[in-house]
Amino acid sequence: MIRKGRRMPDGSSNVPDSVLHRFRAGDLDGFEALFREHQRPVYGWILRIVRNTAAAEDLTVETFWRIHRARDRFQPEYPFGPWARRIATRAALDWLRAQRPEVELTAQIAGALPSAPTGNPGIAAEIRSKTALAFGRLPSSLRATAILAVVEEQPHKEIAAALGITVGAVKLRVFRALRLLRKDLEKQGITP
Amino acid sequence: MNAHDENRIKQLLKQALPPVESGAEPERDLWPAVLRRLDADPPRHAVPWFDWALLGGLAVFVASFPATIPVFLYYL
Repeated sequence: MIRKGRRMPDGSSNVPDSVLHRFRAGDLDGFEALFREHQRPVYGWILRIVRNTAAAEDLTVETFWRIHRARDRFQPEYPFGPWARRIATRAALDWLRAQRPEVELTAQIAGALPSAPTGNPGIAAEIRSKTALAFGRLPSSLRATAILAVVEEQPHKEIAAALGITVGAVKLRVFRALRLLRKDLEKQGITP
Repeated sequence: MNAHDENRIKQLLKQALPPVESGAEPERDLWPAVLRRLDADPPRHAVPWFDWALLGGLAVFVASFPATIPVFLYYL
């Protein structure tokens, strides 16, 4: 039985190296040990991007399937967590690209997703709804970057690593997303 | 877009799309689903049939018109 360990700040864990090597060699028990260790952070990361619990569960399964398929390319001397997160991000982006914005954001507007309090209760529901829909019309790469950086307040360095881009590119994407969002809201008669 | 506009848009976005709880976890054990997905995994490195068809067509074409080989090589 593999002992579950504490996760390190960089997303790695104290899973024994032997487990990583066994996983790379195609050992199913080694893969399960990694799955048990990393499914929660992978699920949480995907949920932050897609904001749909059912889709996040399906995409977590998809991510670990992709991880298993790509095990030959995994280098055991590097941490597993960031590698898994990159694959999870690609799976989440594929899902976002395949969705229609109106469908995708319905659950969020209705408040179906477990979330923190919205803060300002005075903001009109219509503005929130229009903002969410306008956000859903942004290109998926901008949406993912902006939601991780602005809403989830994840470090730019981690976002960059997950998306496979530079920190500068993350900042640029956030800026572009906010600018496009403002233009869309202005077209809808909302002046920020 | 100035800093004030940027902050206002960020605020609107946060209110429209509240952050996900930090301790979010799946409602069910996903390992059985992963196993089912692995079982349904097609053989690795399988070449789609249309790739073989394309390759076969190309081979027939080249065999029929060998003079076109330098033309292909020129454009590669």
